[in-house]
Amino acid sequence: MEKRVRFKGYLLPICLVMPQIVITAVFFFYPAGQAIWQSLFIPDPFGFSAQFVGLGNFEFLLSDPFYRASFITTAIFSILVTAVSMGVALFLAVLADRLIKGSGTYRTLLIWPYAVAPAVAGVLWLFMFNTRVGVVTWYLGVLGYDWNHVLNPGEAMGLVVLASSWGRISYNFLFFLAGLQAIPRSVIEAAAIDGAHFWTRFRTIVFPLLSPTTFFLLVVNVVYAFFETFGVVHTITAGGPQQATTILVYKVYSDGFVGQDLGSSAAQSVILLIIVSVLTVIQFRYIERRVHY
Amino acid sequence: MATVTLENLKKSFGRTEVIHGVNIDIADGEFIVIVGPSGCGKSTLLRMVAGLETVTSGKVFIGGHLVNEREPMDRDIAMVFQNYALYPHMSVFDNMAYGLKIAGRSKAEIAERVAAAAHVLQIEPFLDRKPRELSGGQRQRVAMGRAIVRKPAVFLFDEPLSNLDAKLRVQMRLEIKQLQRELGVTSLYVTHDQVEAMTLADRMIVMNEGRADQIGAPLEVYANPQTVFVAGFIGSPPTNFLPALSVSRGSTEELLGIRPEHLRIVGPDKCELRARVVNAEALGAETLVHTRIHSGEYVTVRQEGSRPVPEEGEEVGLGWAKENEMLFFTNGARRY
Ligand SMILES: Nc1ncnc2c1ncn2[C@@H]1O[C@H](COP(=O)(O)OP(=O)(O)OP(=O)(O)O)[C@@H](O)[C@H]1O
Ligand SMILES: [Mg+2]
Repeated sequence: MEKRVRFKGYLLPICLVMPQIVITAVFFFYPAGQAIWQSLFIPDPFGFSAQFVGLGNFEFLLSDPFYRASFITTAIFSILVTAVSMGVALFLAVLADRLIKGSGTYRTLLIWPYAVAPAVAGVLWLFMFNTRVGVVTWYLGVLGYDWNHVLNPGEAMGLVVLASSWGRISYNFLFFLAGLQAIPRSVIEAAAIDGAHFWTRFRTIVFPLLSPTTFFLLVVNVVYAFFETFGVVHTITAGGPQQATTILVYKVYSDGFVGQDLGSSAAQSVILLIIVSVLTVIQFRYIERRVHY
Repeated sequence: MATVTLENLKKSFGRTEVIHGVNIDIADGEFIVIVGPSGCGKSTLLRMVAGLETVTSGKVFIGGHLVNEREPMDRDIAMVFQNYALYPHMSVFDNMAYGLKIAGRSKAEIAERVAAAAHVLQIEPFLDRKPRELSGGQRQRVAMGRAIVRKPAVFLFDEPLSNLDAKLRVQMRLEIKQLQRELGVTSLYVTHDQVEAMTLADRMIVMNEGRADQIGAPLEVYANPQTVFVAGFIGSPPTNFLPALSVSRGSTEELLGIRPEHLRIVGPDKCELRARVVNAEALGAETLVHTRIHSGEYVTVRQEGSRPVPEEGEEVGLGWAKENEMLFFTNGARRY
């Protein structure tokens, strides 16, 4: 049974939840409301007046080939970031789970990247892959590969995926490790006695039992790739070359602040708002039901 | 079906040695119970036989083959865990079929063998359920089923009944014994419950801090304990120990052990030892009389329920037959 604390009167509970509500209102509801409002107008270039266009901004957006291209870019980007960061994290977590000695050090080291802000991480990766002075670029040159993410769209995408996944691996690693350690040893041992070798055990026992964690991370990582990778993209490629790395969030910024098309930018924000709401609903539904097994 | 031999088996975790060299030859089909208090190394010993712990030194033979370096799956064993360790995401059927599927048996054979095992264990109605939809007792049966479908050469049990209520425990104990007799599979069974050990074992290994203090048939161990520890651990209520000198036997620090059932309450005049009754528990069929002797030790007497129950505080005499005395050296070994 769940225990509930009961308060007398309303004053204290209201005071307790107020800070959270105020913060949410100032930094979320107010801007979200503004975005929804603005998405219905086209302001004039000097910002003195605005013309009401109804859903015109949305109609224009959805028929804009650049916007659609950005959707596809975002899809590719988030699939890659999610796959890379979760794949690597799971691999490391499986190794750490088998480790008995030194797992503390290993864990601490793996958590560090999470503490690095995305923009800073972007700059670090940019240094390494800088087309003129980057260490990695130089080694690739020695190996005969001419790295140039400034000109090559594929390489640009690769680099932002790498930089975005890097910090994420830590986060995923922690969850996967906790998930793995929650699986009773004896269940794995029973499978070993039943004849299952490592890979069979992983496929038939460990991975299915890890599915709640995997599902949770899947949603969280997609949300991350959609919304929190702005800093990385901004520092490394600024959306280029030829919009090859212009993900939706970046497009909101570049159309709004750089291109000064505030109506369209607001409409894009609203679309993102809808996407994140859908993802959140999916997540809550599944987590509430505790699917798995 | 196989013999199992342990040869000077030792185990250390880091620098601490927890098993100090166990030797035993187990015959084909024999039921061996490993019994001892918590932390004495029972599970560790069993897990070395299973291959779940590495052997630090010594040898494990199963069916005459040295298996020290073999993986658990290559030892032809099955194990029942204390927490059952069922696969939570699989149905009862799949739990039991798992090992057979991995071994690449045909669908028909798997279905037939699972059905047969389910029939023996009376879990047929639950084959489609997930483990979490079963009671503790039913899960226990599934765990047994998973062990028997594979027809292994050796069964290993690690306290399989300790999570069940008392009544179910007695029932399952009988069933396990019967099943083992029918199948004739060599079994090693770990428990800390001496009643389980006495009733199940062909021979038992009494473990004390990583040593096998005594190995033998239950009644033989009861009648003739080789160490102070075994005398105190096997038998309920436990053996009484007195300083040997207080009844003018042996020398200082040697101990005299007498089981409660071998003591009689006699008149205070013609007796070996005087004692004062502290409390008497009349249980119906028997009465446990707790007394205290001059030197301060408590001594329990177990007598027929039909005999008169002494008063609290009464002065009584204790008597026993000479052949029931057990004298132990200071180091715990038996003197006679
Ligand atoms: N993985 C391990 N690392 C270090 N010490 C261990 C490990 N496993 C067991 N031990 C130690 O070995 C000793 C024997 O443990 P074991 O689990 O075999 O006891 P047990 O007789 O099965 O006890 P119980 O009846 O409580 O299950 C204990 O002192 C325990 O602390
Ligand atoms: Mg144990």
